[in-house]
Amino acid sequence: MTAATTTAEGERLRRVSPLRLFFSRPESGAIAGAVIVFLIFGVLSALRGDIGKGFLSIQGAASYLEVTAQVGILGAAVSLLMIAGEFDLSVGSMIGAAGLLLGLLIVQWGVPPTIAIILTFAFALAVGAFNGWLRIKTGLPSFLVTLGMLLILRGAGIGFTRAITSQTIVSGITDKTAGDPIVQLFTAKVTIAGGDFKIILLWWVAAVVVATWVLTRTRFGNWIFSVGGSEQAARYVGVPVNRVRIILFMTTAGSACLLAVIQVLSFGSADVLRGTNKEFEAIITAVVGGTLLTGGYGSALGSAFGAFILGTTQLGINFVGINSDWYQVVLGTILLLAVLVNTYLLRRASGAR
Amino acid sequence: MTSPNDRQPPFPHDTAPFTMPAETAERISAYGTQGGGPESTATPVLEARDISKYFGRVIALEHVSLSVRPGEVNCLLGDNGAGKSTLIKTLSGVHPPDSGSLLMDGQSVVLGSPRDALDRGIATVYQDLAVLPLMSISRNFFVGSEPTTGFGPFKQFDVARAGKIATDQMLEIGIQVRDPGQLVGTLSGGERQTLAIARAEYFGARVLILDEPTSALGVKEAAIVLRHVIRARAKGLGVIFITHNVQHALPVGDRFTILSHGRLAGEFVRGQVGQDELLRLMGGGEELAELAAELDKLMHADARTIEEVAVSAEAVPTSPDAPVTEVEAGELPPPGP
Repeated sequence: MTAATTTAEGERLRRVSPLRLFFSRPESGAIAGAVIVFLIFGVLSALRGDIGKGFLSIQGAASYLEVTAQVGILGAAVSLLMIAGEFDLSVGSMIGAAGLLLGLLIVQWGVPPTIAIILTFAFALAVGAFNGWLRIKTGLPSFLVTLGMLLILRGAGIGFTRAITSQTIVSGITDKTAGDPIVQLFTAKVTIAGGDFKIILLWWVAAVVVATWVLTRTRFGNWIFSVGGSEQAARYVGVPVNRVRIILFMTTAGSACLLAVIQVLSFGSADVLRGTNKEFEAIITAVVGGTLLTGGYGSALGSAFGAFILGTTQLGINFVGINSDWYQVVLGTILLLAVLVNTYLLRRASGAR
Repeated sequence: MTSPNDRQPPFPHDTAPFTMPAETAERISAYGTQGGGPESTATPVLEARDISKYFGRVIALEHVSLSVRPGEVNCLLGDNGAGKSTLIKTLSGVHPPDSGSLLMDGQSVVLGSPRDALDRGIATVYQDLAVLPLMSISRNFFVGSEPTTGFGPFKQFDVARAGKIATDQMLEIGIQVRDPGQLVGTLSGGERQTLAIARAEYFGARVLILDEPTSALGVKEAAIVLRHVIRARAKGLGVIFITHNVQHALPVGDRFTILSHGRLAGEFVRGQVGQDELLRLMGGGEELAELAAELDKLMHADARTIEEVAVSAEAVPTSPDAPVTEVEAGELPPPGP
């Protein structure tokens, strides 16, 4: 590397265009991608004559935003964790496990919904803290530690639920939670111009705003970047590396639990298989959003646009009449393209040639 | 172990350009006896006494002592594996020593953690870990010591102030920053090291430990770093400069401490030793002499068959005192027929 980019002489600093500055931000690729994906499905729908219906309707928007919000809540938390250089593969099965626990508490053991929700969150946060503790104590990559937790939670969910109810689905939850004001926090919806917008959208926006604020405007955010950039360097300047990790694993487990609570209370049933593959969707969301797989760089705001790309693609494919079998092909292609674009943008932003 | 009162306020910055004080230079060169420094009467700001450190059965350090006074550069020299890294990790709170003691201003101290050492004014700049390339300049500058505004749950990282201070401090060390949000990866290797040095000075370091700051750098870049080593010294910091490059140590060192195989191999003040003696003590001297002899033999063997090569062979140094390292592969004669 040479000293060409910045040297003592001021005249050697180039003026940079606003566009170039925009593309030096980690989420820029995802924002551009979100616009492109939206335009593609919009144009395809318009060509089918779907003006005011399907993808180009308010109800259509409410649908793909709901899917976006579901993966976006996970993505916001997972992007923070990944910026700190860690993975959490257990979020998917945590959705299933936390949902079952909530269902069992309410239906099987008659616990009041509010208490059941608190206990479920306590369980999820404890599992998250355990993930972090195990990661720190064993020094094993979190990919492996949480892969183990993925299997344990999924298996235990099936085992316990079948032993207790002789089924792997807990239903009849709505009867017990009807009219509960706390439950409304997770299930409320509002109809605007013919579209049913669910409260999960607000949870998602809140998650993205809080995650972005923490990452870019707090000391803790700076610590997250430094732990992911170099654990050793962070430790030498006094960053409490282990505390940062444990809090982030609790955050991802908490985000999975939030999604589980919303889904179980909204659908009125819990299914052990719920959340399958969500861990990968969350990672894809973060990576498409500009978070570096190896940590140290990324954006929580980007994960929102990554989630939007996933949500619009998943439903857009149906809306424009493409067989949904092709969803995974499209998703894989988007992931590869996003990684290429984001790597290119990062290389430019970090001055490497 | 850590109290906020130990923290020194940021240094008032000395804006006058550094000039080597002539009488100091004279005093240094006039000094003849081993063990005395330029200000040998001053109490060392940091002193390691009789430090030993073992990793299992491996002797990393045994009975090693080292001290640095304010405004002094102590060059810690040694080959790879001599124990330099272990010693500085002991001085910066990473490893507690198995025996021996650490003193600051003559008072015995125990460094519980790197943060503890930092809070006492011992700042260490590691070669590879000096900065985080994917973080911005201002984030790097303040990582671990972020300024905050607000209170309670709304206490936040004061991004504007951090950016302003980082830009000012970078300007002072001669690096004009367009945008404090610019990634450190865009800086050159020398600039990254100087950023880390400037950061240490800003946070009130009294002792600056530099771990091989120049060894991965080109000649020009190394010069940038060496200039800032001298600046830090002029500001009254005690500098421990670790290197295995004698050429980098000689121009800036007031004192030279040589480690070999985990033990003290010698301690000298400026003007007392030359490059060859330092190289020999570091344990590399014999190898280099051997290499020179081998090359010499090779040259003569070829000179007998190829006449033109004989001319260039004369240009190749043959004595162990000569800078053998300047012989480049390209200058070697082609193999004989």
